[in-house]
Amino acid sequence: MKAAVIVFPGSNCDQDCVRSFKAVTGQTAALVWHKEANLPNYDLVILPGGFAHGDYLRCGAIARFSPVLAEVKRLADRGSLILGICNGFQILCEARLLPGALLRNHCLKYLCQDVFLRVETSQSPFTSLYKKGQIIRIPISHGEGSYSVSPKELDKLNSEDRIAFRYALADGTVTPLAAPNGSLDGIAGILSRKRNILGLMPHPERLAEIELGGTDGRPLLEAAFSAMGGAA
Amino acid sequence: MTDTPYLEQNLTLDEYQAIIKLMGRKPNALELALFGVMWSEHCGYKNSRAELKKFPTKGPQVLQGPGENAGVVDLGDGWALAFKMESHNHPSAIEPYQGAATGVGGIIRDIFAMGARPIASLNSLRFGDLSLPKTRHLLRGVVAGIGGYGNCLGVPTVGGEVFFHPSFNGNPLVNAMSLGLLKSQRLFKGQAAGLGNVVMVVGARTGRDGIKGASFASEELSESDPDKRPNVQVGDPFMEKLLLEATLEILDNDLVVGLQDLGAAGLTSSAAEMASRAGTGLVMDLEKVPLRELGLAPWEIMLSESQERMLLVVEPEKTEAIARIFDKWDLKAAAIGEVTGDGDFVLRLNGEELSRVPAAYLTDKAPVYIRDRKEPAYYQEKKKADLSLVNKYADYGELLTRLLSSPNLGSLAWVYEQYDSMVGLNTVIRPGGDAALLRIPESAKGIAIAVDCDSRKVYLDPYLGAAAAVAEAALNVAVTGARPLAITNCLNFGNPEDPEIYWQFVKATDGLAAAAAALDTPVTGGNVSFYNEWNGAAIFPTPTIGLVGLLENLNDRLTLDFKNQGDLVYLLGETLEELGASEAHYLLSGQDEGPVPSLDLAKVKALCRFLEEAAKRRLLKSAHDVSNGGLAVALTEGAMAGDFGLVLQWTGTVTPGATFFGESQGRAVVSFTPTKEKDFLSLAAQFSLTVTKLGQVGGQDLNLTYNDATLIAPLTQLKKAWAEALTTLAAL
Repeated sequence: MKAAVIVFPGSNCDQDCVRSFKAVTGQTAALVWHKEANLPNYDLVILPGGFAHGDYLRCGAIARFSPVLAEVKRLADRGSLILGICNGFQILCEARLLPGALLRNHCLKYLCQDVFLRVETSQSPFTSLYKKGQIIRIPISHGEGSYSVSPKELDKLNSEDRIAFRYALADGTVTPLAAPNGSLDGIAGILSRKRNILGLMPHPERLAEIELGGTDGRPLLEAAFSAMGGAA
Repeated sequence: MTDTPYLEQNLTLDEYQAIIKLMGRKPNALELALFGVMWSEHCGYKNSRAELKKFPTKGPQVLQGPGENAGVVDLGDGWALAFKMESHNHPSAIEPYQGAATGVGGIIRDIFAMGARPIASLNSLRFGDLSLPKTRHLLRGVVAGIGGYGNCLGVPTVGGEVFFHPSFNGNPLVNAMSLGLLKSQRLFKGQAAGLGNVVMVVGARTGRDGIKGASFASEELSESDPDKRPNVQVGDPFMEKLLLEATLEILDNDLVVGLQDLGAAGLTSSAAEMASRAGTGLVMDLEKVPLRELGLAPWEIMLSESQERMLLVVEPEKTEAIARIFDKWDLKAAAIGEVTGDGDFVLRLNGEELSRVPAAYLTDKAPVYIRDRKEPAYYQEKKKADLSLVNKYADYGELLTRLLSSPNLGSLAWVYEQYDSMVGLNTVIRPGGDAALLRIPESAKGIAIAVDCDSRKVYLDPYLGAAAAVAEAALNVAVTGARPLAITNCLNFGNPEDPEIYWQFVKATDGLAAAAAALDTPVTGGNVSFYNEWNGAAIFPTPTIGLVGLLENLNDRLTLDFKNQGDLVYLLGETLEELGASEAHYLLSGQDEGPVPSLDLAKVKALCRFLEEAAKRRLLKSAHDVSNGGLAVALTEGAMAGDFGLVLQWTGTVTPGATFFGESQGRAVVSFTPTKEKDFLSLAAQFSLTVTKLGQVGGQDLNLTYNDATLIAPLTQLKKAWAEALTTLAAL
């Protein structure tokens, strides 16, 4: 199983993803510069958090023109797993690999805090090690994380069971209060139709080691790893 | 030139004459401009140099003391830690977002100029009365600016402190600290060594922003300051991120002889300092400096404080390799000059020599002023306060609630949740604890960091207050189980030409020096910020301390939250009848007054060493330093963090008010499993510590009985008051 983390100018969670992935799976993911136009057939590609191109113009709006994105699309089509975390999720939306957009947080402030998520489906290579309805604690850290999508597309996400995570209270209740960024329908992460692309605003790599205060992010990385035939 | 050309450069007639004497001739306009910024207080430290010599700067742990871009301490296992703190007060007063943002950017460049990868930032902020719209504007702007820069750059902001007081109306303080990790054998210096080596400027282009920022930082502020907005630089954290990665890449490839960031006084200061440190000269061709716009005059190029630039000195054959790496990051790298052997700092334009000044005149010959000092009348006056209000208060539970909902004791979550505190995956104790704790990659060790200063105590007693800031920072680090290693500082004061202000400065630096020596925490660098005044009134003197400590084994770490029902709660250290300078007295009287609590540095050191040893032996479940707000507030913080109540009952000889709310120094609250009591007591005895058994963790309330006085409050009520304090006030 081969994994890669894409590095855009301004990515700042690229090293974190490599480090966390290594801590969880024992495997070293390759760092791939965004100007690469030919990638080997990676089984897992992570688009990390950060501020690609400074988030100038709009988060992810410039990154989607990077040469590597065509390769990410090709790999997605061949069934590789694509994981977009935070800025990576924003880029996946801009690149139309996932529907919708991430808007400015409703409070108009950057927010870095632990949030509770309700796992909405375990039917995906990323969430298979969680139970549906399970409450997990994972941090967010973003200024533009309010998910938005057309009503028609939202119906589709719901009916196709493609909402992976919703912001929830500690007891699992999903209410507008639980989404610190004002996300539509409390959506924190979504899957592509073929379920091999996951975009989410929270950072699973930040709570995957007990030293850092929690391990609820670990099963996500483990699941993706084993789905692609990796064995620790 | 006018008859008084020196005035435009903020130089005095005496200074001008000194320059003429040094040079043996009249300097031309450009040369005078170079002297103007280099001899400003901000760059030349002419009012502070003499006093700064008092600081202890050496120790086996110190790899690099003051004088470089940052101090460096040894962490063992081949790792070293670079760290420094700097002020960005004046720019933040005028343009809070950009002022704070570029403050963060500047201090982070200082760190990677040492060859270190920045791993964390902290900050110490002072604002005025929060009920004023202007204060809230400054607070919101500064916090957003710190976050905006650090978050984008990917350097976590892991801690800090905020203090509100009317003395900071109009002149807030923004002190930014940054730390970076490096392999100890790869310590880079800001030196322009090697005849014939090439000088390169890399990163952003040079524009007109921030021209003469260093001189501006050496003046007082007043109502007319919006005019000074052009003095404030504009930050581009994305550019800095590229610059950071490209710089570390060229260092990894061993392509550089020396490097230096371009901060205050821009190219002038960086180039002159690099030459002066190496004892070499330097010639620069100004037409080769990449410009943002056409038509910059030579003096503008030299004084521009455009951000996100670095100066490199490299061997000629390596310039191409450097340009290639910078090109990958879409950055400029331009060769603009050469290292020479004559000691002169020479500027040319299209081959024509514009100026020639020996570099050392700029960096080392700034006059040193021993200013007049005078003890202010308030110093004795304020000691004679009537401090009975706290003891007269009918309901201590209510007083505690009121204290927790005041901006200085309320939760700072509103502030630090706007900072990415986790990026980098090293943050083990996040903001909100006594100190931040970071792990070191591929090592069992941890780094604890705290920033601290109680401005009120420094105002009332500069010597004691400054010493207390060091002691408090040391304790903040020690309660995590770490050993305090070394300090950096930002000395924020009013106008040094005022003898009473200078007296504060002398006393505070005396206190700082004494405490740093006693606690074995040498000073490895720092920064002085004078002229912090608003419409003629000085701020509370604020010598902010940034202290780093080393935890040998991360698994031994201690946190402040109570962990288990039934654990025993003890107070370490002595509680005296000391309500002076307290938050409680200020809340009730609106007065900053009373004697500052006494400080026994030997006892503080013993307490620090005890905590380190107790952590190593895994004796304790929690530890928390007692500071502002006193014991009641410290107990509540531990209770709220652990979500446990407390049932405590003890006796003593001081008044209940002083017991609950007095701010006697050198104390900590600890908890542990009852079976460890004997071991705890015998270890405390070994360190000759005063211990007081308070009671046990348990219940839903804070339930304290001291002699026959009680303090009872439901934890939920305290938590609500604390959590909402700043959010409510800041959102006004």
